[in-house]
Amino acid sequence: MSSPDLASEPRYRDGMRAAIAVAATVWFFGASFGLLARAAGMGVLAPMVLSATTFAGSAQFAVSSILGVGGGTFAAITAAVLLNARYAPISISVARLFHGGRLRRLLESQLIVDESWALSSRGQGRFDRRLLLGAGVVLYAAWVSGTAVGVLAGDALGDPRSLGLDGAFPALFLALLVPQLRAPRALLAALVGGAIALVLIPVTPPGTPIVAASAACLLGLRRGDA
Amino acid sequence: MSAVWLVVLVVGAATAALKATGPVLLGDRELPEPVARVVGLLGPVLLSALVVTQTVGGDNELVLDARLAGVGAGAAAIAARAPLPAVVVVAALATALARLVL
Repeated sequence: MSSPDLASEPRYRDGMRAAIAVAATVWFFGASFGLLARAAGMGVLAPMVLSATTFAGSAQFAVSSILGVGGGTFAAITAAVLLNARYAPISISVARLFHGGRLRRLLESQLIVDESWALSSRGQGRFDRRLLLGAGVVLYAAWVSGTAVGVLAGDALGDPRSLGLDGAFPALFLALLVPQLRAPRALLAALVGGAIALVLIPVTPPGTPIVAASAACLLGLRRGDA
Repeated sequence: MSAVWLVVLVVGAATAALKATGPVLLGDRELPEPVARVVGLLGPVLLSALVVTQTVGGDNELVLDARLAGVGAGAAAIAARAPLPAVVVVAALATALARLVL
């Protein structure tokens, strides 16, 4: 794992390099979002604006599929906001990496996405600003350009599922999780969080299980080492 | 304004606000010790929840499909200390193969 093992202080370039393999996968998903959004009647410009402003795959897929079956404005917005609610705890975990005025912090925080956040992890709850922003820029470019290609020429591309790309994301997150489990408390919290998510998947709307899993962090309130 | 643009604007603004929660409200100020310990566990906990939901998550149901094979192969690659890009490629290949066979 290149990012957590970097011996010296990472540079923005290290974050960009770490994101390249993931960016290829993200690009294909951006393209398939563009294709589906066009087919769902969202037009050409709206899917690209959604990718540029929302920059979060699962919520955008939910929007296009709900609008595609005539599911209504309110249903599409509710599903997307629930799916992206995890960005509140995710952004809190990296809050201290952001400096300067509010506008600057607001703009830079838009580069937070599951993959850039995960790639910037350096273990023991620490994250690196340059890895996060470097990876975020590469992934943002991949997502928005993939969407544009998908909207305009999506039929020419294959289904990312037949390329197995949907199995690549959980493996990526697992690879970035493993180095964080050395401390017993982190291991316990990860197991509890995973169990909460697993139990809630069948009974709550998508997105809710991840947000509810963050309750496992309350294990940190106990005193004692690590 | 059409329904599509209303959704795009509201979802875009809401997501931007969610992503800015920590950086804008907290920024680089020091957190009290117990809160810092809770926040420090967000990494492993949220990663673990992402692994679970992206492996077996469906639309209000658990779905056991080719993604399990991909994560299994990815786990083997991780145990063999493969670099991150190799883990991603192995997992994608295993998922694609399992989908062909199943």
